[in-house]
Amino acid sequence: MAESVNFDSDTDFAGDAFLRAEALACRRGGRVVFDQLSFTVKAGQALHIGGANGSGKSSLLRQLAGLLPLAAGTLAHPFTPSRQIHYLGHEDGLKAAFSVAETLAFEAALAQTDVPPKLLADLGLAGCDWQFVGDLSAGQKHRLTLARLRLDRRPLWLLDEPLTALDESGRKLVDDLAAAHLARGGMIIAASHEALAFADERLHLGAGT
Amino acid sequence: MSLFATLCAAHLRLAWRGGQTVLAVSFLFIAVTLLPFGLGPELKLLRALAPGLLWVVLAISLLATLDRLFQADFEDGTLDRLRLLPLPFEAALLAKLCGHFLVLVVPLILSVPLAGLLLNIDGARLPLLLAAMLCGAPALVMLGGIGAGLAVSVRRGGLLTVLIAMPFYVPVLIFGAAASQAALTDGTPIWPYLGILAALSAATILLAPFAIAAALRAAQD
Repeated sequence: MAESVNFDSDTDFAGDAFLRAEALACRRGGRVVFDQLSFTVKAGQALHIGGANGSGKSSLLRQLAGLLPLAAGTLAHPFTPSRQIHYLGHEDGLKAAFSVAETLAFEAALAQTDVPPKLLADLGLAGCDWQFVGDLSAGQKHRLTLARLRLDRRPLWLLDEPLTALDESGRKLVDDLAAAHLARGGMIIAASHEALAFADERLHLGAGT
Repeated sequence: MSLFATLCAAHLRLAWRGGQTVLAVSFLFIAVTLLPFGLGPELKLLRALAPGLLWVVLAISLLATLDRLFQADFEDGTLDRLRLLPLPFEAALLAKLCGHFLVLVVPLILSVPLAGLLLNIDGARLPLLLAAMLCGAPALVMLGGIGAGLAVSVRRGGLLTVLIAMPFYVPVLIFGAAASQAALTDGTPIWPYLGILAALSAATILLAPFAIAAALRAAQD
């Protein structure tokens, strides 16, 4: 994976799309995790959410995906979660009993598309076709989940710790995917403890927000 | 392939690969084999009790397969994915339950005739008994699914699933056993019972996915 991966760019996303969160609050088990949280993300922008453990990064992403109800505040965006939002959370949703090839075929069927040739090679998983997902390393599994971003073109990506367990080339893979996505007018909101090369804005969750 | 068929096939394949079909069918056989030991080898008695016993064994084997129906998906993040597909969450769950029915419940029902031999059932009446089970089993799956959905966040929720689902099984078992009894005795019409079983199944297929979806959403909050 020395050379840069070429991500075929098809149609661009709507350039005037935006996501605006106003005075969001999150309550978990009776505790207020964050409150009065406001931010805006425009097409082609990436927002990096930082903050200590337990500051509500993952909960915020789940709220944005519509998987967790808002305790307060409003969320405005033009996206239909079931068609236009990718949520890659802590749990990868992979099945250990499927082979890598089967997993890709399944993901492609869910995205109602075909598996593009070279996809595995692009993901750095060349030759793993018939390995069971249960036998992959954490980093390899993480790379496999990235296939979803390629197979289904959705404008808003919500990524929870997108660099976990990835090696140098894996991090570059995420950066390349993200850069291509942003160039097409996509949006990314990513929670991470590490620096994200593709993100231009940063939001820090923590006491006082 | 449609999304519904994709999800159905995926569950079917995973369950088959996990050996669940063989396990469930073996369980049914073991349970039926044990019955004559408990009841005594009286052939007339066995034949008289067979319809009810077979229904109870079918229900219990079926419940045993529901143990981790949604739990793996809950733990590995698959439920999040199902909620973000261009298909209603309820429909995705119904697809999964359909796969479950095909890969586990149909083999269970098909093994009933063989198991029935051990209880001295009259072979000529078996098709009607099978028809009654096919009419009633979808309701058992759907009701069990509600139990599995409610117990999903409990780590060892198998027993809880059984406890929740069992009371709902009572109507199905009553009409199922009555249908089987009618199937095995001369001159009693079986159609009314089949109709009621099919109606129970139709109603639960329609309503249970909403209950299961609500239970799973609540568990994820």
